[in-house]
This record gives sequence, C-alpha cells and structure tokens, in this order.
Amino acid sequence: MGDQAMYGHHPGEREGGELLSTGSDWSFELIEKYDAAIRDVAVGEFGLDCYPNQIEVIASEQMLDAYATTGLPIGYPHWSFGKSFIGHEHAYKTGMRGLAYEIVINSDPCISYLMEENTMPLQALVIAHACYGHNSFFKGNYLFRQWTAADAIVDYMVFARNYVLQCEERYGQEAVEQVLDAAHALMDYGVSRYNRPKKLSAQAEAERMRSRAEHEWQRWDPLWAATVPAKARAEAGPASTPYPPEPEENLLYFVEKHSPRLAPWEKELVRIVRKVAQYFYPQGQTKVMNEGWATFWHYTILNRLYDKGQVDDGFMLEVLQSHTNVVTQRGFDEPGYGGLNPYALGFAMFTDLRRICENPDDEDRHWFPDFAGTDWKPVLDFAMRNFKDESFIAQYLSPKLIREFRLFAIADNSDEDALLVDSIHNEAGYQRVRKLLAQQHDRDGRLPDIQVVRYDRDGDRSLTLRHRRFRKRGLAADYADVLRHLQRLWGFTVRLETQDENGRIVQAEEVKTPTSAVARVRV
Amino acid sequence: MSVIIDRRLNDRKKSAANRERFMRRYKAHIKRAVTDMVAERSITDMERGGRVDIPVRDIAEPSFQHGQDGDRETVFTGNRSFEAGDRIERPDGQGQGRGKGSAGGKGDGEDSFAFTLSREEFMQIFFDDLQLPRLVRNVVGEIKDHRWQRAGFTQQGAPTNLAVARSMRNALGRRIALTASARKALADKEAVLAANEAATVGEAPAEAAEHEREMLQDEIRELRRRVGRVPFLDELDLRYRHRVQVPRPASRAVMFCLMDVSASMDERKKDLAKRFFTLLYLFLTRKYEKVEVVFIRHTDDAEEVDEQKFFRDPKTGGTIVHTALALMRDIITERFPPAQWNIYGAQASDGDAFGADPEKSRGLLEEQLMPMMRHYAYVEVPDMGSRLSTLGAAYRRIEHPHFAMRQVHDRGDIYPVFRALFSEKATT
Repeated sequence: MGDQAMYGHHPGEREGGELLSTGSDWSFELIEKYDAAIRDVAVGEFGLDCYPNQIEVIASEQMLDAYATTGLPIGYPHWSFGKSFIGHEHAYKTGMRGLAYEIVINSDPCISYLMEENTMPLQALVIAHACYGHNSFFKGNYLFRQWTAADAIVDYMVFARNYVLQCEERYGQEAVEQVLDAAHALMDYGVSRYNRPKKLSAQAEAERMRSRAEHEWQRWDPLWAATVPAKARAEAGPASTPYPPEPEENLLYFVEKHSPRLAPWEKELVRIVRKVAQYFYPQGQTKVMNEGWATFWHYTILNRLYDKGQVDDGFMLEVLQSHTNVVTQRGFDEPGYGGLNPYALGFAMFTDLRRICENPDDEDRHWFPDFAGTDWKPVLDFAMRNFKDESFIAQYLSPKLIREFRLFAIADNSDEDALLVDSIHNEAGYQRVRKLLAQQHDRDGRLPDIQVVRYDRDGDRSLTLRHRRFRKRGLAADYADVLRHLQRLWGFTVRLETQDENGRIVQAEEVKTPTSAVARVRV
Repeated sequence: MSVIIDRRLNDRKKSAANRERFMRRYKAHIKRAVTDMVAERSITDMERGGRVDIPVRDIAEPSFQHGQDGDRETVFTGNRSFEAGDRIERPDGQGQGRGKGSAGGKGDGEDSFAFTLSREEFMQIFFDDLQLPRLVRNVVGEIKDHRWQRAGFTQQGAPTNLAVARSMRNALGRRIALTASARKALADKEAVLAANEAATVGEAPAEAAEHEREMLQDEIRELRRRVGRVPFLDELDLRYRHRVQVPRPASRAVMFCLMDVSASMDERKKDLAKRFFTLLYLFLTRKYEKVEVVFIRHTDDAEEVDEQKFFRDPKTGGTIVHTALALMRDIITERFPPAQWNIYGAQASDGDAFGADPEKSRGLLEEQLMPMMRHYAYVEVPDMGSRLSTLGAAYRRIEHPHFAMRQVHDRGDIYPVFRALFSEKATT
C-alpha cells in the first residue's frame, strides 16, 4: 500500500562527484568520510540545526543492552529492565525479530549507536537518519526543548544509578524494589503538563538531596515526638481546609511532596522515576513526527549524495530496500498489520508537505492556502519545531494522503451491537478522519484522566483520586494493582472515585493496605 | 565535527545483573517450568537450556489504562469496500473489542512471556537445593592433596630454582644504569683524544699538548676502571622461581554403576536404571571437576564393561549380586584410593537374589564398601507389584548415614527419588 513511486525522488542530472566508496565493507575512516559528506548536505545544503554528534559502533549484544534501558546509555538497576532485556533477547535469538539498525539518544552531544553488523550503505543510512534527522528533531522540536535537558540527561542518569545502588546497599534491594515498582506503576502520571520542569542538573540534585536530609534532621524533635499526645497534634492544625486546592494531575509529584509515610530516600527514588518519565514524555507524543522527519531526511540526503555522484547504484539499491521496509504500511486486513506505522505516516506526511510546497494542485491550494506553492524548507522546519503528533496530523494531513492510505474510522459504541463505519476517505470524511486520527495520537485521550482531588491532612490522611470518565470508558482491570502500589507509597488509605460524564461521583473504592483487595465504599 | 568511537570492546553484559534480578523475582515460575521440562525430557538430553513461558499477567507491570468498554473510534488503513454508515459484526471473542483483535491477529489465547534459559541456568535450577552429602567437609575440611603452583619470582631461593634469563636481564639493566654516565664520559674523552692525536700527526708534540694528552689518557684509564668495577652479576640481580603449595580439594569423583542384567531385568527396568544413573552423573559432573564412571554389570558373575555394553548387550544367566560388589571393591583398591577420590555408588536391580547371596552382599557392602563411600544409592526397579524384594529386605538392615535406598516404578518417580536421596542426607 502507498505506492512509493508517488513520493519518489526525481533525480536531476547526476554530477560527476567522486565516489566515497564501493562495496559493503565499512571502516572507521569510511564512516568519518560518509559522516562528513552527509553533514555537508544536511547542514551545509539543507540547513539542519544539530547537536554535535557522537557516533558509537557497538556489537549486537550491546544493542540488546541498549534496548533494555529504553535507549538510555545508563540506567538504574531494576528487574523490569531485565524483563525487557530477556524479551528482546528471546525475540532476537529465535529469529522472531531483528534488531534496529540504530538507537539514538536525545543528549548533547547526540549519541547514536551503529551496529557493527551493518554494511556501509546501512551505516550511511543510519548516520543520515539518526545523527542528522533525529538529532535536529531533538534540538528543534518544542516538546523536547521544554521537557528534556539534553546536556544533563547522561549525568543525571549516572547520579540516579549511583543513588539507587547506594540505597540498595543501605536499605536492601527489596525495599528499593518495592518503591521503584510502585513508582513505575504511576510513571504515566509523572508529568505536570502545564508546568515546565526546571533544568536538570546532577550537581543540583545532589545538593538538594543533602539539604533535604539536613532539614529532616533538624526538624526531628524527640521531645515533641515523645511528649505531645498524638491526638493533640492532630487537632493542632487548622480545621480541615481542602487539600490540594486544585486537583493535581502529577501523581508522582504529589506522592513525592506529600506522602506521609515515605522516608526521604524513598521520596528521592520516586523523584528519579518521575524525572525519567518526564524525559520520555515528549518521545511518546512525537513518534510519527520524529520518525517521519528522520526518514524524510535520510531519504533526501542520501538521494542528494547519489545526485552528486558520491555513491553508486549498488549503494542506493541497498538503501532503498531498507528504506522501503521501514516505510511499509499494511492494510488492516493484511497479514502483519500492526496498526499505523509511524515511519510510513510520518515520512509520507513530510514528503507530501514538500510536494504541496513545490508542486501544489487545486485541492492543496484549497486545503493549505497558507503555504501551498511556497519554499518547502521553512515550511517543514516550522512544522518540525512547533507540533506534536496530534497537532501535526490535525494541521497537515492532506486529503491526498488520506486517500493513499485509504484511511477509515470505525466507531465502537457500547450500546450498539455492531461496529459502525464512521467515515472513510471521501470528501465527506476527510475532516472527520483527520480529526479522529489526530485524537488517536493524543496522549490525553490515551490515558485515563486521573487526578488527586483530596488529601485528608487533618483526618485519616487518606488520599483520594478522581477518575473522570470519558465516553463511558472504564479502567483496565489492573487498576487495582496500581492502587495497591500507590497505597504502598502513600501509607494510608487510598480511594478512587469515578466521576461520570455528568460530573456525578458514581462509584468509590478504597485500598487500605498494600495487599488488601479493592473494596467498594459508599459514595 | 562528529566524534566516532569504537565501543565494541566495552562490556557486553550490561544487562546481566537486571536479567538475574528478573530471574530471582520469578524464581517460582521458572522452577515450575524446569520441573515440567524434567518430566518431559529424556535424561540423556537433560543437559541443555530450555524455553520458559510465564503468563504475561503474572509479570505485568500494572498501570492505569482504559478498559475495553465505552465508546471510541479507531482509524485503520487499507479500506477496500467500506462506506460510511456500514455496520460490521463485532469480531468474536473480543466482547466489546476495539476491532483491533480482528485485524491484529493477536487473539491466540493467553499471551505468555517466553524466554530461553541457558544450559547453565537450567542445570542450576535443576539441582538447586540439592546438597551433595559431606561434600563441604571433603573439600574444605579434609584436604589431603596439595599441588605446587608458580607464584612469580623471589630474591631468595635454592640454586636449582634460579631463573637465569630473569637474573641476566636484571644484571644487564643494572650494568647499563650504573655505567651510563661513565661510558658517556669515556666516549667523549676518547673522541677528544683521537682528535687531538689526529691533529698532531707528524708534528713534534708541543709540551702543553703532550701534557693535555697524558691528562686525557689518565682520565680515560680511570673511567675504564670505573666501568670495570661494576660487577657483571650481582647478588641483587638474582631471581628465583617462586613456587607455593596450594591445597587441592579432592575434586575427582568416581561413580560406580552396578546393574543386574539378568533376564528378569527387562527394557523398562533398564531404562529406569539408566535415567537414575544419568541423573547422578549429571549431578556429580556439576560438583566435581572430573568424574570417572565405572560400569559393572552382573548376572551370576560380574564384569566391568563400557557404557554401550552395559545398557545394550543382552546376557543370560542367574543372579549373584555379591560378585559385582567384590569386583567394585577390587577396582577401588586398585585404581581409586579413597583418600584421593570421592567414591559414589549407584546400584540398580530388580532385587531378585537367591539363597545366601542377599545376606552376603549386605555384609560385603556394609562392612567393606561403605566406609570408603561418599554415598551409595540402591534403586530397586521391581516388577509391577511393590513388595520389597529379598535383596531389598537384606539391604534395609544397613544402617549407615551414606546409604540410601528407594523403589522406583516409573519415570516420574526418578526425579523425586533422586532429590530425596540427597536432600535427606544433606542434613546429616
């Protein structure tokens, strides 16, 4: 599906440049040569703005290691990374899945891993894709700029790892694991969408932690603890003012700041998980754009090298074969369908944007009057910098692509006994399909809306979460486990209210200990 | 400018620690899987890795997610014939499914998380809480054997241990170091002298020049003496090969397999016996560096044979057990002194024995063999009935902490029997 020739490159006259190499063997000198040639095109001709590159050649086992820590070059120890390693290793060894050609890390300098098994054309593809494509995306896209600190992440992970190891030594592996397990369960709720995070710095972290410990130490008053009766203390506070004043969506933050039970070191662990969650926050929301951008650029850059006569036909054939594999999109009823392929959609969209700029037809002029027929480079650059998947699709998906991908939407309503075809790739459906596809890429739509609404500071210290149900969609069954994890972190009763579409609380449940079942309580 | 780094030589086992944590956390699951594999596998084929499946829900990391209920729209690719407003049957088994199941083809029952245990890991778990009886005492406590091991060089030692090359190297280095300045000065002076002589060839030497030359010659002589005074070989240079004695645990074991091959031992019984032997062998190879196996088969007389013959060759005759035990005793005395070998015995029989033989065998085993044994296991593979045989009845009276006996009826019994044999001894 999606005829590649449509986005195909239209070669101009080939210039008589000098071939960089022939054949498939690579060497460090060649990688350097190709990198320089690719940089000339990417930065020199197309003006991509990149972090400096650090290219690391690794073996396949090391690639598996890198997978396990979701691409970070260093991670704190936890069994779940072992699980993911074992999963990848098994899939790889049994031949069910190959390895990615590369992994690239959003850091400054931008670290990319190249596998030693790759041939020279593949290495060149990876360099163009990761070291210039992803790299410029990391540096330019607003989500990454706001949410991640590329220059600090590696240092921070070193700090996190050492801290976790230190805690394990002091408090035992099991105690640390319990906190991490629980925090991982809430990882999706570790971001405050409307507060930009402060800049990350390992040194500042260490300093902050020291002062936190000191504060705890100074605050400890044995006389107070031993003499003032607990009841008096409970009554000492002002009569219950509701807390927090506004619902808090960042559950990990709330736990870290307010958990009545957690020791300072445990709060620190929660914080580490929260910081990692925050680092990955942009990645989940820019998959289509990020991969599309990188794919568009490796395709464009390598074709340019070919036009300049720096690479030969054999090279291009191998590149195109890999490229085609990457951007294949299967139809819903074809074997191997795994949903929308972000590479395919992203690549098609950026390529289509360029086409609309360079070669618009009437439809394009009607749909995209602002930029149809203008210079393509600033248009793509603007799109890359200022959007995430959801808004990118909502803004730029053209009717032409909807037709090419033959997109259609299926509605699944709980009170209907059959599925309904909501809209298809026709004049009546374009807007609707585009809107639905954009929503499908919206993080807020994918995650249930759950926030902290009450912390009974002056009473039983219970914590109340509110799930605002949307379109009758309930929670998946393992929410009970998540509640138990949260209870472990909180130390007191944790309650979950469900608010229906009309704003009425329709159900409430609570967990009193980390091992007890979730019990229904009266609303 | 990009920096290009070769990381291929870096650590490749970064994830090993996390993998191990995972395995520890799900040990119960993995153990269960291994036990299942043991039941299924042929024991000769035991020593390899295996695939473990853990139900995904058991290792899931929970998070808040939307359930399958409620209203939603999903966008798909590749529409062929749908028009807006068409109604489609819900795919079966998906309940309120999103339709993804219909397209994704993921609905093959319960998902499981599969991974591969390496051979080592498999064996580790296989043998997990079995303790080799008295092994600790033998390895750590009663070391009777030592061996010499190189440990670099020392400055003192017996002349026979002199490391000549090493000593000469030191001497050479010392000579170079001590004479360097003198030699340099010597070379300089000689050059000056030669120049001096060349300049005055044929001329009558002036007195001053003559004097200068003598001075130079004196200095040269003195320098030569200085160089000569540095000894060719000094006490300091000498190096001796150093050897230390390290205790060597008796890490050798010999395993005796005794089997009755008379006509009453049919294939089924032999098969059971074989599995028991294999298991013991595997167990020993794991604990000892080197394990020798001696196969003794017997009918009315005993002989030592190779493995092939032991299990395959048919032989006819009666049954006299004590001949095998006597042969075993002779082989031990001859080839495996108990001070240097850990001796294990495993005997398999259907227990048929006649006349004085059972009693005689018991005496031989208890009085002569048991004192030399680390462990002796008797496994009886009876006919379908399970009454204790004559031999079994006699053996039952052996009271020795390293002796164990059991009846085995089918394959499934072997593993638990084996475990019982060793775990119960571990406490003594």
